Amino acid sequence: MENKTHISSYESHGRVLISLLLLTMLSVLVTWMEFGVFTIAVALTVASVKAFIVLTWFMHLKFESNFIRWMVAGVFVLFTLVLIITFIDYFFR
Amino acid sequence: MTQTANHAHPTDNEGGKMGMWIFLFTELFLFGGLFLVYAVFRAKYSDDFHKAAYELDALIGTLNTVILLVSSMTVAMSITAIQKGSKKLAIKLLLTTIFLAIVFMVNKYFEWHHKFDIKVYPGSEVLQNLERGELLFFGLYYMMTGLHALHVIIGMILLVICIFKIKSGHIISNRYLLLENSGLYWHLVDLIWIFLFPLLYLLT
Repeated sequence: MENKTHISSYESHGRVLISLLLLTMLSVLVTWMEFGVFTIAVALTVASVKAFIVLTWFMHLKFESNFIRWMVAGVFVLFTLVLIITFIDYFFR
Repeated sequence: MTQTANHAHPTDNEGGKMGMWIFLFTELFLFGGLFLVYAVFRAKYSDDFHKAAYELDALIGTLNTVILLVSSMTVAMSITAIQKGSKKLAIKLLLTTIFLAIVFMVNKYFEWHHKFDIKVYPGSEVLQNLERGELLFFGLYYMMTGLHALHVIIGMILLVICIFKIKSGHIISNRYLLLENSGLYWHLVDLIWIFLFPLLYLLT
């Protein structure tokens, strides 16, 4: 168990940070350029990519057991369903 | 000494981590509920939301995003440091994280202070006279950033406890579950901000 533990290097954490900062820059630039309706879609897509990076590397999910990874994936699917059901209710009320 | 104690009662790392994740799921739905409210009201009062979001200082928002991202990295690095057995470096990295968290809170203080100065706070007369959608936006803004700031404070307390446990030798290179779970909590704070930032500050 002990020797299976994955130790992330300092450099890899640094690279993850740089990619997150670049994505933050991108989302700020995108809102400046104003794509109208697409702005919110682009902003949320960039945020989702950032969230995925944080979950995978900073929160170490890449190196966790499959059980924990599927649990996390399942919860995000559940939240998406709740979101969809709420909007179905809102639009067809 | 700790080694033998460790051997007699092996800590269940996998179980401990799983428990933390399950707790994080409840946190996700706590904020998720607020995001849902935001999404529905934004769809309903999109013009008011645009107007109200314009009032927020995108510069402070961006600055705080960068601060939280860097602090997430220093926490992740402190786990690497403890795994490699360098206690001093781990403590330094945690202190950096706490320092960044304080800077985040100071920024938040100035941001809210400015809002209070122009009489935009929950229950104020100025706010009551705004459009319904703007009122809802500021209500959500205070609720979401306030709840988030509370999490920042709790995260700071957890990290301070970790520093003391590293000093006292309770967190060591082969037993660091508390640090790992506190790190997960800190990353959650970052994760929530990743969504709060574009939704509140950028989409004007």
